[in-house]
Amino acid sequence: MPRVNAAELKERLAHDLPGVLAETRTRTPADTGHAPGDGKTARPRRGEHTPVDLLATDDAVIHADRIPEVARYVRDVLGYELLSNITAVDYLADGVIELVYHFFHLGGGAELVIKVRVPRDAAVVPTLTAEWPGADLQEREAFDLYGVLFPGHPNLTRIYMWDEFEGWPMRKDYPKQGDKYFGDAEE
Amino acid sequence: MSDDREIQLEAEKQGVFLTTMQRFYNWGRRSSVWPLSFGLACCAIEMMATGLARFDLARFGAEMFRASPRQADLMIVAGTVTKKMAPQVVRLYNQMPEPRYVISMGACATSGGPFRDGYNVLRGIDLLLPVDVYIPGCPPRPEALLHALMTLQAQIDNQRLNRVRWYGRREARDFPVPTFGKQGLEIDGQLIDPVGGLPLVSPYTSPLHGEERSGTIEHPELARQFPIMDETVELETPYKAAGIAPEIAINDLKRPESEVDHAQG
Repeated sequence: MPRVNAAELKERLAHDLPGVLAETRTRTPADTGHAPGDGKTARPRRGEHTPVDLLATDDAVIHADRIPEVARYVRDVLGYELLSNITAVDYLADGVIELVYHFFHLGGGAELVIKVRVPRDAAVVPTLTAEWPGADLQEREAFDLYGVLFPGHPNLTRIYMWDEFEGWPMRKDYPKQGDKYFGDAEE
Repeated sequence: MSDDREIQLEAEKQGVFLTTMQRFYNWGRRSSVWPLSFGLACCAIEMMATGLARFDLARFGAEMFRASPRQADLMIVAGTVTKKMAPQVVRLYNQMPEPRYVISMGACATSGGPFRDGYNVLRGIDLLLPVDVYIPGCPPRPEALLHALMTLQAQIDNQRLNRVRWYGRREARDFPVPTFGKQGLEIDGQLIDPVGGLPLVSPYTSPLHGEERSGTIEHPELARQFPIMDETVELETPYKAAGIAPEIAINDLKRPESEVDHAQG
């Protein structure tokens, strides 16, 4: 079974499933003739840094409504066997919640990473439970802590927090907790 | 009292064994403290190590970890008490027969520890249960747990039969089991440990001091008002809650240049 890296995955997706890839900024500059960091490119001095572009990524970013299709492709065509991880990431300043899917071969090898980006105020992603039953608990976790909705999920209820709880505690605009910050307000 | 004890010891040297009811009761009680077998987090690993051959809890008569609260005398709260687990811990304690003792093992059980400022951890089990012995540490070593047990035994030795409440005529009381609310744990519908702030109740005193609420609330000078508790508050400052932290707003989570150690470069 093929083990593909991010660049190959994007190539194959563009060829086999046209239109699923979303536009994104990449981290590595495309085709500069030499790899970054080889001494020929101007690197910032130590202590200087330019603002980090958090949304730039080399991984495949998929349109949210096409994710079941891509999941089937990863399972049936690429032959990946384990959906190891579904993680939500909250990019507050950009108003984006990103879901990161990690697929593995059971025989070993590197992970296959697929990302989905949805707006924070309408975080809705189709469920993968039909294709990958292991997505069930992970999607409930993303719902519980980040408030991402998964239409089609068989039992989308809270998993860590209690059912009566209100709020999405892992979102970055959730208020600061506890007594560590007492006294900050006077400054 | 000390005269009694010296006479007693002297008589024992002569081959005559005398005792008092109190000493006999306490001797029996201290020599077979059976802990409840449950652990909540990594402290439980140290607790298991304490029970096994290397540290040998059996020397103190406390090696019988019971799987049922009905057969246990001692609850070792070993680990992080999450708000979701807290009602079950209190319910287990209520099911233990008296006399019953509680050891709060480690930073998490004592105060919430490193998770104190989180949204999901109880800020100390003594908000819900009276604690006899606290152990600091993260996690405490088995020696620390042994020392806690010896401390507990010393406390039991000092119990006065006519003072300790469970030898009296009163009935055992249940400690209130918290329920889940929208913003944290509740007792009788009153929020006691809000998700966004400090506990709103005071901790229990130890059994020696009556197992009553101590009445001391942390940071009483602060208004007991937390943004998460009030849906209408616009979140502004840390405990009127910030919207976007500045380092997030400028998309840069690195340290500012003034703090970077240039000596390395």
